Amino acid sequence: MKSLLKISGMTHRFGGLAAVSNLNIELPQGAIYGLIGPNGSGKTTTFNLITGIYRPSEGSIRLDGREIAGMKPYRIVRLGIARTFQNLRIFENLSVLDNIRIALNGSAHSGIIPSVLRTPSFKREEKAIRDKAYELLKGMKLEYRADQMAKNLPYGEQRRLEIARAIATEPKLLLLDEPAAGMNPKEVEELMALIIDARKAFGLTILLIEHHMKFVMGICENITVLNFGETIACGRPEEVASDARVLEAYLGRRGAQC
Amino acid sequence: MSMAHKPRFLIAALVFYAAVEGFSRIGLLNGYFMVIINESLIYVILAVSLNLINGITGQFSLGHMGFAAVGAYTSGAITTIAFRLSPDRPLDYSIFVLSLVAGGLLAALVGFLIGFPSLRLKGDYLGIVTLGFGEIIRTALNNMDFVGGPRGLLGIPKFSSFTLIFAAALISVIIIRNLVESSHGRAMLAVRENELAAELVGIDTTKYKVLAFSTGAFFAGIAGGLLAHLLQMAHPSQFGFMGSVLILIMVYAGGIGSLSGSILAAFVLTFLSQGLLLGIDALANATGLSIGSEWRMVIYSVLLILLMLFKTEGLMGTREFRLLRIPEEEK
Amino acid sequence: MSYIFNVQQIVNGLQLGSIYALIALGYTMVYGIVRLINFAHGDFYMLGAYAAYGAFYLFNSFISVKSGAFAFLILLAAMAAGGGIALLTNRFAYRPLRYKPKLSALITAIGVSMFLEYFFSALPMIGPSPRAFPEILPKKLYHIGGAAGAEISNYVIIDISVAAVLMTGLTLLIQKTALGKAMRAVSEDKDAARLMGIDIEKVIAWTFLIGGAFAGAAGLLAGLTYPRIQPYMGMMPGLKAFIAAVLGGIGNIPGAVLGAYIMGLAETFASAYNSLLGEGIAFAILILVLIIRPTGILGEKTADKI
Repeated sequence: MKSLLKISGMTHRFGGLAAVSNLNIELPQGAIYGLIGPNGSGKTTTFNLITGIYRPSEGSIRLDGREIAGMKPYRIVRLGIARTFQNLRIFENLSVLDNIRIALNGSAHSGIIPSVLRTPSFKREEKAIRDKAYELLKGMKLEYRADQMAKNLPYGEQRRLEIARAIATEPKLLLLDEPAAGMNPKEVEELMALIIDARKAFGLTILLIEHHMKFVMGICENITVLNFGETIACGRPEEVASDARVLEAYLGRRGAQC
Repeated sequence: MSMAHKPRFLIAALVFYAAVEGFSRIGLLNGYFMVIINESLIYVILAVSLNLINGITGQFSLGHMGFAAVGAYTSGAITTIAFRLSPDRPLDYSIFVLSLVAGGLLAALVGFLIGFPSLRLKGDYLGIVTLGFGEIIRTALNNMDFVGGPRGLLGIPKFSSFTLIFAAALISVIIIRNLVESSHGRAMLAVRENELAAELVGIDTTKYKVLAFSTGAFFAGIAGGLLAHLLQMAHPSQFGFMGSVLILIMVYAGGIGSLSGSILAAFVLTFLSQGLLLGIDALANATGLSIGSEWRMVIYSVLLILLMLFKTEGLMGTREFRLLRIPEEEK
Repeated sequence: MSYIFNVQQIVNGLQLGSIYALIALGYTMVYGIVRLINFAHGDFYMLGAYAAYGAFYLFNSFISVKSGAFAFLILLAAMAAGGGIALLTNRFAYRPLRYKPKLSALITAIGVSMFLEYFFSALPMIGPSPRAFPEILPKKLYHIGGAAGAEISNYVIIDISVAAVLMTGLTLLIQKTALGKAMRAVSEDKDAARLMGIDIEKVIAWTFLIGGAFAGAAGLLAGLTYPRIQPYMGMMPGLKAFIAAVLGGIGNIPGAVLGAYIMGLAETFASAYNSLLGEGIAFAILILVLIIRPTGILGEKTADKI
């Protein structure tokens, strides 16, 4: 099976320090993979590299066979990669609906002049975007919040909103950075179900970073473990969970549910 | 241009126009009042265009008057030269309109150039750079003797009339409002809210920042041209930092991102300005003290500080008057 | 070329740079500690000049001897005025906005600057017109270097030495005292400093005080050297000193000094060539810095956590 995302030999240095060393990941279409490791092990940096925020010092990143390393973020997004952030980055002072509509700009083809002149095709397009946004919100059970300001939502719904926004860009690959952060066990369960449903409904391939071990073990088909930028284990959840090096790296690890 | 679904705003605007025009014809509004109304309308264009840059797109620009200066001098020079070429024949309005557009386009070009530093700079730094650009423009004009230098550009033919200024203001507001309530406007808002996140939902933030600066500058240039033809002169001192700060106060008082707030604030502050001048004069006469007009600016500065300390969102916050909002037909 | 790059211009440039350095230090210290460009800083400089003016005429009614001690008192007055207004501004205009969006503080700073300039020009005793600054110390001219040399006034020596003394004092403060250590800690990591028990607001207040006092001293020196003062005198020097601080690396204290002297020299040379260039050189430097090396000469890159 051809992989949707192929990262080969990726290394990235900040000054003299390698935040990520020789990373290799092959993500098949439709899979859910995990990326775990202690804080500072290079997980978010990896996401930043994939999405073009940094250009890797070495190595290649291929999406559907196409090299994307070093491309500008908004281009990479348009090629089909979307992400969420560790520290929420929703558009706080805009409505929930607008948060989604902005992500749907990819299907907004009206130029500036037609927009200003309010041509019939512009109005049709606006209606289509609006409808699509509502549908997406319905799917994420957020449609009753459509007109509220994003910053007024409870934390859990804000996280859902950010996921919805990412999905709105119609990605092939979805990168989730600690989607379950700050959630109680019930919310985590709901999130897991949501992600599995979303994968099916939108034909997504997912790579996620998480510290919630139950979450990771419960959803991911394959897990890569990083420590200080290096890959110390890679494989199915059961294999990784009993790997000696992984346990060592996680001394005093988070995710131990009390 | 389709205005079919903005009837309420248009009706209100036309009522305003009819009222002012009517009252002035029957003598209820004297010339002095008309000057203030005209000035208010010009400030509406300035405030709304600055709001596009600062409020909607979140780029802190402190040199807005510089764009107005470019427009003022360009259009003023064009009509002055045209007048000198044929001093006997009355000048056609089309020359005036063309000169305004030329001024706007040149200002837009300057805005486009200034847009580029904005790509790398945020907040304070961008403010300083745009402030610097504004000062450079002013200084340059002060040193260009062929447009009057420190004496200013004088003898500009009178073209601005209430009707024309009103039309320009109306068109400007509608164009900017239509731009904001579109996918492009939403993209600009995204840039304001969280630039990184905007990039990562596929928005070309570079394009929209530059677009904001160019468009805002264009309308500021038009406003400058209108002003020059209203006062029949243009002088570098009109376009300094303090002028830019005044527009900034209007935008913040009205509410960042609220176009109707900017319109309101432009009127309120222009009238307030005149009122303060009159009040200070009256006070000076009554008490026999010599009270300078600088006190007006002192009051403004205190107003700005209080605004920032107590009501950062301004009068309207980010809301729009019902008049300017697009009706929710598509629900 | 020799009419530009000669000893005279170099000396003038160093003199100007000394004044810019004192102003730039205040900008950079405040930015380093609260990440705010204090737009009103140039006006603290203006207030220092006016305080010196006022102090001179006040004391002159008692003492009519122009002596070093007398001049020193005036310097203290100028520094007290600059420092005092800085403290007040921080306490009433900036502190309430400490944890609000950065933009509000910036706009408030603009408002404060506007207020100070217009308030002082509106006051009848002070007025908008320029005033001649008194000759606090008699001006003496020295000739050095023969025919191709320069004419230096004792004001040059005063300017450079006062600046040097104050800068040395600041360096000692920062390196050797507990306050200095606290200042360095707060500018590195405010939250960590707070957790170590440092009173953040007190440190910030001291920073404003010192920065403002230096600006006040600069105002006195400027009044002495270029003996016309007016309420708007702070705007351009303030802007240029800020650019100098950016050139050296905003937040970096030696950087501010370096940038200031470069700016002083550049402006002097540019003005000798062409007065328009002289006015514009500061902005040209700003644009170059921001394009080529935004962190400044001595500045460090700070990576934002994404």
